[in-house]
Amino acid sequence: MTVLKAAREAMCEEMRRDTSVFIMGEDIAARGGVFLATDGFLEEFGEERVIDTPLAESAIAGIALGAAMHGMRPIAEIEFADFIWSTFNQIVGEAARVRYGTDGVLGAPMVLRAPYGGGVRGGLFHSQSPEAYFAHTPGLKVVTPATPYDTKGLLKSAIRDDDPVVFLEHKRTYRLVQGEVPDGDYTIPIGKADVKMEGDDISVITYGLTMHLCLEAARNLEDEGLSVEILDLRTLLPLDEEAILSTARKTGKVLIVHEDTMAGGIGGEVSAIIAEQAFDHLDAPIMRLGGPQVPAMPFSPPLEAMYMPNTDKIADAMRKLAEH
Amino acid sequence: MQRDRPDVAGERPGADASLIDEQLMAVYKRMVLCRTLDERVWMLNRQGKAAIVASAQGHEAAQMGSVWALKKGTDRFYLYYRDLAVLVALGMTPTEIMLGFVAKQGEPLSGARQFPVHGAHADLGIVNLSNVVGTQIPQAVGSAMASRMRGEDAVTICYFGDGAASVGDCHEGMNFAAVHRLPIIFLCENNGYAISVPLSKQMAVDSVASRAEGYGMPGVVVDGTDVVAVYEATSEAAARARAGQGPTIVETMVERYLPHTSDDDDSRYRLREDIEEARKRDPVKILGQKLVSLGVLDSATDERFHSEGRRAVDEATELIDQAPYPGTDGFFDHVYAGGPPSL
Repeated sequence: MTVLKAAREAMCEEMRRDTSVFIMGEDIAARGGVFLATDGFLEEFGEERVIDTPLAESAIAGIALGAAMHGMRPIAEIEFADFIWSTFNQIVGEAARVRYGTDGVLGAPMVLRAPYGGGVRGGLFHSQSPEAYFAHTPGLKVVTPATPYDTKGLLKSAIRDDDPVVFLEHKRTYRLVQGEVPDGDYTIPIGKADVKMEGDDISVITYGLTMHLCLEAARNLEDEGLSVEILDLRTLLPLDEEAILSTARKTGKVLIVHEDTMAGGIGGEVSAIIAEQAFDHLDAPIMRLGGPQVPAMPFSPPLEAMYMPNTDKIADAMRKLAEH
Repeated sequence: MQRDRPDVAGERPGADASLIDEQLMAVYKRMVLCRTLDERVWMLNRQGKAAIVASAQGHEAAQMGSVWALKKGTDRFYLYYRDLAVLVALGMTPTEIMLGFVAKQGEPLSGARQFPVHGAHADLGIVNLSNVVGTQIPQAVGSAMASRMRGEDAVTICYFGDGAASVGDCHEGMNFAAVHRLPIIFLCENNGYAISVPLSKQMAVDSVASRAEGYGMPGVVVDGTDVVAVYEATSEAAARARAGQGPTIVETMVERYLPHTSDDDDSRYRLREDIEEARKRDPVKILGQKLVSLGVLDSATDERFHSEGRRAVDEATELIDQAPYPGTDGFFDHVYAGGPPSL
């Protein structure tokens, strides 16, 4: 099953299970979503629960928030994460503070879903990775699954969660990544990272598309005798500190990889956690590999390639760290 | 609901009638109480006891007249920071409200985490989540959509000032509500100023309500100092909403005599004569005079309303003065539903 199909199944099953779940967004009804994540939803659930909205992202987020405060569990879809900035006021400014600001009287059980990330010839405005901005906000949860199994289990958890969840699906993984998904209902807890490959020499902490690139790079390095452990964060807020510290203590060498801009990205927070709590276990400085210091991913193939992480860049970083 | 609470919502005459005299008297009494409370919290600010006050003076008829037209316990009230009289009209006591102004323990809307008048009240259907202007508009639309999805009879009323009418969320929210014919009333309290920026610099049209046609909903402008006019316009909008006919803009033209908040200095942008002129449209005085002319209010009763209001506010002032500040034990509570996953 693909990541896309897993996301679709999660939403479909939750909408069948719970009539308070509905979805709103652009082109999600008759069109079935620009990626077909909601293909067939209109026919099954009707236009009351599958709501095509005007092009108004702040309203998508704000209206979903209003409905969430009054007994519904909305899934608000932002067509591309590049359009998510208009929701910032309603999500970061408002949704994150509902429970705290009402002293627990109201909650905002909503999911803000968006396809994010590059490597798809999306140019500056269809390639962005917005996760770090949201992950700075207590009151929100931020989930970035990489595999079909994790996507389905985590999206179900996000829909059932009583707090606002920003759920980011890397659009390059949608059809590229296949994986086993068991039949029937299951959930994966938000806030738990997952060791996707066990190893002894170095730890690589990552999430999203780069998790797959890291896996591939690590497999390539097996021939060179390097044993890599790969920790897939899966959730960026709250971070699974225990899992991060555990792998850091195990190998003593940590590389953090993400597609999002390196400076101010999740890697900085992960790095700080390790530096503060596992410094004595480190055998090398913590390394980061992340997006370069340009505002966004350019369109032309060589320029896009220059921005995007790939297995070669990651393998080089892994070797460098291992040799330290 | 405690029986002794002042309570104007839900005591309505038939849909075809204006407020009967007795009910008008009840509204007037609440309005006198609210004005007394409002003046007191402003004084508490000047005494250094209330960090911030946004006065509702001049807006009381718009706020109370609209609440009167709605069903307490069923309908939802999305407020903004100037809506003190909505709280009074819905039956919050002076003590409950004033605890917010001094940020003391037991404050019922936000546990004193927020500015006064902000937070939420489940039983009264009050939501006033933030003081970022205009954000409540799409949220209120979402509330109305939830009501319809859940098959509830609730109408959502969304209060906002003329300043919020310029925010993008106002357009986005109104447009969506009109497309889906949602049960919501957009009640604009137009006092002619967004802090210091006059209406002429905010919009090139005469009224916010005139935009309604562009959205495909009715829009009416009413004298916001006339509690009956506001009541009637809101009643009509509520009837439309409940009948599935969609949203309405009710624009109430009101006056703001005081600065934007206790931190503002309106002498920098407003002439004294302008304020004196505005004070002639005092909704409390206007309603009092109306009741005198109807022959239902005499000076003894008027004085009694004022003295009862003063006594209630005096008692509340005493109580909030003695109330402790909240402890910090709960500082981390309600970040997430199950408590913070990581500190």
